[in-house]
Amino acid sequence: MNQTVEAPVHPTTLVEFEGPALGQARPPGKGGSRGAPLADAALLREAAWDAFRKLDPRHMARNPVMFVVEVGAILSCVLLVQALAGHGEAPAFFILAISLGLWFTALFGNFAEAVAEGRGKAQANALRSSRRQLSAKYLNEPRRGSAGDLVPASSLHAGDAFLAEAGDVIAADGEVIEGIASVDESVITGESAPVIRESGGDRSSVTGGTRVLSDWLVIRVTAEPGQSFLDRMIALVEGARRQKTPNEIALDILLASLSIIFLVVTATLLPFSVFAQRAAGAGSPLPLTVLLALLVCLLPTTIGALLSAIGIAGMDRLIRANVVATSGRAVEAAGDVDVLLLDKTGTITLGNRQATAFHAAAGVREEELAVTAQLASLADETPEGRSIVVLAKERFGIRGRNMRALGATLVPFTAQTRMSGLDIDGRRIRKGAVDAVEEWVRDQGGSLPDDVRTWAERVAREGATPLVVAEGKRVLGVVRLKDVVKGGIRSRFAELRRMGIRTVMITGDNPLTAAAIAAEAGVDDFLAEATPEAKLRLIREHQAAGRLVAMTGDGTNDAPALAQADVAVAMNSGTQAAKEAGNMVDLDSNPTKLLEIVEIGKQLLMTRGSLTTFSIANDVAKYFAIIPAMFVGTFPALAALNVMHLATPASAVLSAVIFNALVIVALIPLALKGVKYRPVGAAVLLRRNLLVYGVGGVLLPFPGIKLIDLALVALGLV
Amino acid sequence: MTAWSLAQIALALGMLLLAAVPLGRYMARVYEGQPTVLGRLLGPLERLVYRAGGIDPTRESDWKGYTLAMLAFHLVGFAAVYLLQRLQGLLPLNPDGLGAVEPTSAFDTAVSFMTNTNWQGYGGETTMSHLTQMLGLTVQNFASAAAGMAILVALIRGLTRRTSHEIGNFWVDLVRSAVYVLLPLSIVLALVLVSQGTVQTFRGHATATLLEATRGADGTPIAEQRIAVGPAASQIAIKQLGTNGGGFFNANASHPFENPTPLSNLLQTTAILLIAAALCLTFGHMVRDRRQGWALLAAMLVVLVPAILVATSIEQRGNPVLATLGVDQAPTNLQPGGNMEGKEQRFGIASSTLWASFTTAASNGSVNSMHDSFTPLGGLVPLVLIQLGEVIFGGVGSGLYGMLVFVVIAVFAAGLMVGRTPEYLGKKIGPFEMKMAALAILAMPVAVLVGTAVAVVVSAGQAGILNPGPHGFSEVLYAFSSAGNNNGSAFAGLGANTPFYNLALGVAMLIGRFLVAVPVLALAGSLAGKKLAAASAGTLPTHTPMFVGWLVAVVIIVGGLTFFPALALGPIVEHLMFR
Repeated sequence: MNQTVEAPVHPTTLVEFEGPALGQARPPGKGGSRGAPLADAALLREAAWDAFRKLDPRHMARNPVMFVVEVGAILSCVLLVQALAGHGEAPAFFILAISLGLWFTALFGNFAEAVAEGRGKAQANALRSSRRQLSAKYLNEPRRGSAGDLVPASSLHAGDAFLAEAGDVIAADGEVIEGIASVDESVITGESAPVIRESGGDRSSVTGGTRVLSDWLVIRVTAEPGQSFLDRMIALVEGARRQKTPNEIALDILLASLSIIFLVVTATLLPFSVFAQRAAGAGSPLPLTVLLALLVCLLPTTIGALLSAIGIAGMDRLIRANVVATSGRAVEAAGDVDVLLLDKTGTITLGNRQATAFHAAAGVREEELAVTAQLASLADETPEGRSIVVLAKERFGIRGRNMRALGATLVPFTAQTRMSGLDIDGRRIRKGAVDAVEEWVRDQGGSLPDDVRTWAERVAREGATPLVVAEGKRVLGVVRLKDVVKGGIRSRFAELRRMGIRTVMITGDNPLTAAAIAAEAGVDDFLAEATPEAKLRLIREHQAAGRLVAMTGDGTNDAPALAQADVAVAMNSGTQAAKEAGNMVDLDSNPTKLLEIVEIGKQLLMTRGSLTTFSIANDVAKYFAIIPAMFVGTFPALAALNVMHLATPASAVLSAVIFNALVIVALIPLALKGVKYRPVGAAVLLRRNLLVYGVGGVLLPFPGIKLIDLALVALGLV
Repeated sequence: MTAWSLAQIALALGMLLLAAVPLGRYMARVYEGQPTVLGRLLGPLERLVYRAGGIDPTRESDWKGYTLAMLAFHLVGFAAVYLLQRLQGLLPLNPDGLGAVEPTSAFDTAVSFMTNTNWQGYGGETTMSHLTQMLGLTVQNFASAAAGMAILVALIRGLTRRTSHEIGNFWVDLVRSAVYVLLPLSIVLALVLVSQGTVQTFRGHATATLLEATRGADGTPIAEQRIAVGPAASQIAIKQLGTNGGGFFNANASHPFENPTPLSNLLQTTAILLIAAALCLTFGHMVRDRRQGWALLAAMLVVLVPAILVATSIEQRGNPVLATLGVDQAPTNLQPGGNMEGKEQRFGIASSTLWASFTTAASNGSVNSMHDSFTPLGGLVPLVLIQLGEVIFGGVGSGLYGMLVFVVIAVFAAGLMVGRTPEYLGKKIGPFEMKMAALAILAMPVAVLVGTAVAVVVSAGQAGILNPGPHGFSEVLYAFSSAGNNNGSAFAGLGANTPFYNLALGVAMLIGRFLVAVPVLALAGSLAGKKLAAASAGTLPTHTPMFVGWLVAVVIIVGGLTFFPALALGPIVEHLMFR
């Protein structure tokens, strides 16, 4: 098929795609799902099967601790067969019980991982169906009307151009180079309202898998096949091919070395026991089964089993917060952040400023100022403009008028003039920033009266924005536009301060205004009259001082700063450049999300650290259960170490193994939810977690093992 | 425990801390190349060494270069000591005409002194010529101690430098340690010891005619006694200060010519821990945060002080078996009471247990009483202090760098628990750091446990075990713990001067020293290359009592989990059977 793609073409005639209609794809965890139950029954059933499938040694080998457990379990089966054949080193029932204990330890670990993965899998399936066998209207030249073919999406490479029209699913990530269209991005964001995508400006990026609802776009591909946003997201939610983060690798090394120590401890116990028996002339050789049991109990199986579940669950929490990270490393870096750069507008203050007062110049009545200001704002559809109209109406009962009926010429705001207003009956009315209006007035031979300048400065100092209103060369006064600081943001910053994170407000306002808002919002510092260069410089300064910097951004001019920051969250509504430069994308485009991301990062690390401590601390009690059981036959005096008064040596060993397996299951919810995070300083956090997971980890197994022992005795199993 | 015991313990600890503060500050100045009191006096000597050795003191190397220099230095030292022992019959300063040392024993001794272990399978006065003692062993006492201090200084530089490739010049650190720290301190201590009656002479043994002739074990008549003497004071001063511990005489510091008076005993006790304690404070000075140094010293004291008190009170309580026989073991003005087997009457209980705790906390290994004769739990204390990895003070330099490895592990777990990538003093702990720390932690348990396991099953190993049952097991475990941790103290009761033990313990010593030192230098190199992260309220504080407690817990849990089963089969069951 080789034809000129003519537009408009009915979408279904050219583009076919399989799979469910995109509109039906389940949006990923949008809204409210953070409070949802950890897993439903179907998911658990699926995970239970997966737990068995994951016993494949090739899979187990990725986790050294659990691999040793599996090898131990297999070995115990061999011993069981030997016992059943009548040459057993211990009673067959005992070996069977221990063997089951070991198998369940391995299975529970797999189960935890499967549950964590399962939660992401549903989302991944929905996403994947949207990607399946897309086609694209390839353009030979990057313009509408150029000749081209219909090609599979997988053959598109970065730099290629294609056309997407109403009804088409956009085949690849890219940048709009021509056209404007409304796009349904619900498959990515879960937000059903369509968004506008157009060439140029900050709304030029499109994501593969989203659907054009109206009009058309010519798109230049920016991602190679397999590396698109959607691909990354799928890989992320599935936890598949998850790259281990440096922290995870370091923890793996620690766990592996502890495992080696315990392996040596257990292995050398055999010759020790042989020597002891010969010296004491009592006892029988130590059964391998018991040594295997001891080894598995000593290994850090709790953290080993839950480690990958914790990592996947952390990513999952991020996805549920509607944030996509390019790597796990970025999430962990979020936990390390020292400085947050926050844009004032939208993050610290509500996006719209509101007019709150008219300050008339000397010799001008306030009402006159209000009337003129209202006229100047009639053309202004921004929230600020509307708020001036509303204020004029409230204060002086001045009603809005139909400008067209008045025969007015609207003068819209432009970046060059930085003013807006209208011309009516030969009157030229303008409102704008102080310096802009001053220049305009001066050009006409007028000047800015001193009292107006004073008012403007005072307004700015009080954290509001002054707008000067002028008619011709006559300056009438100042309209006060007040920034509205978001409710609760102050306490949020106080929390961050306790966590050791400094907040820096970034704003284009002048320093006076910025200082006042900074004080009201409670940030630690601010950067006023910020330019992209100033932002970049600030980030570099902080980094040179050894601090990790996080920021959010959306515009193309944010890209350098985003690339420089350690944690950079791009808004999904932002440009492709911003999204490429950042290492996370917030699908909700909510700048406050940064605070949540920091918490998720910290929670992820805390959960790992706490469960590691817990896992090792558990070993103390297991020694007191197993060591006397092992040697009481050789040295009866060692019964004194049986502080839990476990019924028999067999029940002691079995209870320890069962406890070891059950504790994994018991901690799955904690691994998935994460250790509770509180915004307090490191010292307090450490004390709390050491108390709960360290001291608790030492103490808990004593009653736990004792209870299991009692249960085993009550059931007559030992 | 008597009030007098407590007073002795308090006196020794008080003297230790009092002397450690100025010494710590002084050493920091030495290593940072700042002017010092002794600089003008000893500077020419330092420069002379550089000129003689062709060393450019301004040239620094990366961790690999530093490591190679360290290894080369030790290799030469090893060869020298080995050859001196083998050839001593042909060399001068051998008034008693001692012959060549047996090859495996010579190997064992050369390794032992090179690694700052100073395990002695031989009896000094009947084996080593004066030349071997002075040129071989005493020189190694200085060399191994100075090398340990150099490695520590390299690690401290790793922690303080930012994005640097170099971690210092091994030769400079070595020479400065020896010239400015070990030499002056040793000279002063040796002179004080001589004043107390410690012998220092080049003469051969003295001979005394016995008032009452006796017969040897084989029935030969013995009419005269040879009294061994030699250049002892000069060796003993450095053996304590450098945490070496190898005695001039077989009986070590319980010999009256090594340790004649209560004052010499007190000074030597303090000298055992002096430099190791002061280095903690040196560390604080060099990282520009003295609290960090005090925190590490506190962590060491938190383990040491209870250990001393436990050992003392247990030994003072005496032998329960003797108690049932109605033997009076209560302390009175006429007797020290308690379990006095293997202890000197002139030292009594507290001075013996204090020394035992100090010498095993430090990787010193010199003894003024026989640990083998302690009660089972009393003997457990020195054994556990060794098995904690010689990081509670430990060897000069090596103890603190071992402790810093544990700090890396403790900081890692604690750092995660506060939700940040773990960091220590602004240096992030990544996979490479963890790998090196893990290697350093792993080496010792493997050497000790595998060594003990082999020894108790092979017949060559069993042959040396002189005591039956759990006590015999304790002796083997103690020997390998001592060797694997470079302590060198012997439980005795083990016939260890056999080819099997000489070779096996020699290997354990090599692992215990170099499989820790090399990863530590790699750690230093990697840390030096990192940026320095700024501290905030979210940073884990590492100077607080809580962190000290956590560090102690990590040391004890790692040591405890590693050795509990073995200890259960040795001293613990022995104690339980004893009751």
